[in-house]
Amino acid sequence: MKKAIEVRELRKSFKDTEVLKGTNFEVKQGEIFALLGSNGAGKTTIVKILTTLLKQDGGTATVNGFDILSQPDKVRQAISLTGQFAAVDEILTGRENLIMIAKLRYLKNPREVADDLLERFGLTDAADRKMSTYSGGMRRRLDIAMSLIGRPQIIFLDEPTTGLDPEARIEVWKIVKELADSGTTVFLTTQYLEEAEQLADRIAILHEGRIIASGTLPELKKMFPTAKVEYVEKQPSLEEIFLTIVGKKEEN
Amino acid sequence: METTTTKSHFFTDIRVMLGRSMRHIFRSMDTIITVTITPIAMMLLFVYVFGGAIQSGTDNYVNYLLPGILLMAIASGISYTAFRLFTDVQRGIFERFHTMPISRSALLWGHVLTSLVSNAISVVVIILVALIMGFRSSAGVLPWLAVAGILALFTLALTWVAAIAGLSAKTVDGASAFSYPLIFLPFISSAFVPTDSMPKVVRVFAENQPVTSIVETIRALLSNQPAGNDIWVALAWCVGIMLVAYLFAMKAYKRRA
Repeated sequence: MKKAIEVRELRKSFKDTEVLKGTNFEVKQGEIFALLGSNGAGKTTIVKILTTLLKQDGGTATVNGFDILSQPDKVRQAISLTGQFAAVDEILTGRENLIMIAKLRYLKNPREVADDLLERFGLTDAADRKMSTYSGGMRRRLDIAMSLIGRPQIIFLDEPTTGLDPEARIEVWKIVKELADSGTTVFLTTQYLEEAEQLADRIAILHEGRIIASGTLPELKKMFPTAKVEYVEKQPSLEEIFLTIVGKKEEN
Repeated sequence: METTTTKSHFFTDIRVMLGRSMRHIFRSMDTIITVTITPIAMMLLFVYVFGGAIQSGTDNYVNYLLPGILLMAIASGISYTAFRLFTDVQRGIFERFHTMPISRSALLWGHVLTSLVSNAISVVVIILVALIMGFRSSAGVLPWLAVAGILALFTLALTWVAAIAGLSAKTVDGASAFSYPLIFLPFISSAFVPTDSMPKVVRVFAENQPVTSIVETIRALLSNQPAGNDIWVALAWCVGIMLVAYLFAMKAYKRRA
């Protein structure tokens, strides 16, 4: 299968701190790839380099077959970034935000594109409200919707569920799964193990600037001693309790 | 997806960016009000309080004062450009724009054009107030166009200075504080009183700083007098400041992007 992203010996330092110390990994086309790591592991640095916001100090990387240093414009045509902090215009309304991006993607019918996405993400009622009145979950949904405009082949989601409540998180998961089903490659960073487990086709663990393990979930599990069989009374997790009480998963 | 080169869409990009930041302005009218209210208050103060004691050599002190007041308004108006640019760069939306295949400098040009439009609005408001206060001009269409041109050039020059501040400041306060000295520059010029009455050192400064030549030019144009050498000095200042500031702003922008 064709590679969507290929990273070789990537290095990056900020002042005296070496953040990436020769990172290697690849992402196949159409898969959900999760980069797992604790805070400060260098996840955001990798996202910024791959999305042409930062230049690496050493090593190479290609995105959609294009070298990120020599052909950044080609890379930008293939990608979309939903950064750690919502990349929305606070003063504009949800609809205006979408129309703005559709115009910048030179689409012929920005209004229709905006209406479709608002509908799909359950934001039609809030469409004409200023972004500053949106809740965290709504903001994140609009943020992702903005990233889908123009149908980029590869979508970068940098910690898309950090700071979201459980319901909003599950909504984002649903969106990500739908995206991957439609053939889009998803590059996801997260610090939540459960998120990687739920979503990712393949997982890479970034630790102190290097990938220390990568593979599918079963592959990763094989690296550890065989599972022991234990009998434990299964208590519901607090998250399950919360979701049962609140009783809504689909409603927006 | 069809492949498009960024250059051919340069003007589309700028139009979208301009539309965006104009919306920002019209949704926070307080910025336009703050920008116009101080110069208007100054105008009232100088005409109705100090005006009687100031000997400007003209019957109509409003006519004498207006050019300097306009420059003051522009100097405070551009501090908002610095502020808007600063907040933009801090936010996630800036990163989104920079990962899109759009023209790199479109965002910056959007802010620059917005500055031009919003300053034009406050200039018009101030002129309207001046008319109520008794400002009269015998100038025809051409001199007025020349005045508009010089004010636009002055706005552009200061906007690029503001862009440097907005792009390189570390804090919001830092981004807008740079304009304070600019707002006070008209005081040490021929904007409020003729320079003859000033002590020698101050006078040398006043007569050779950009504001004086610009004020003198606008004053001459509005009263149908020949602007003489002043207009060339004024143009040289504006164009000079604009070019230097543009280069530094672009450098600061590339560092951010």
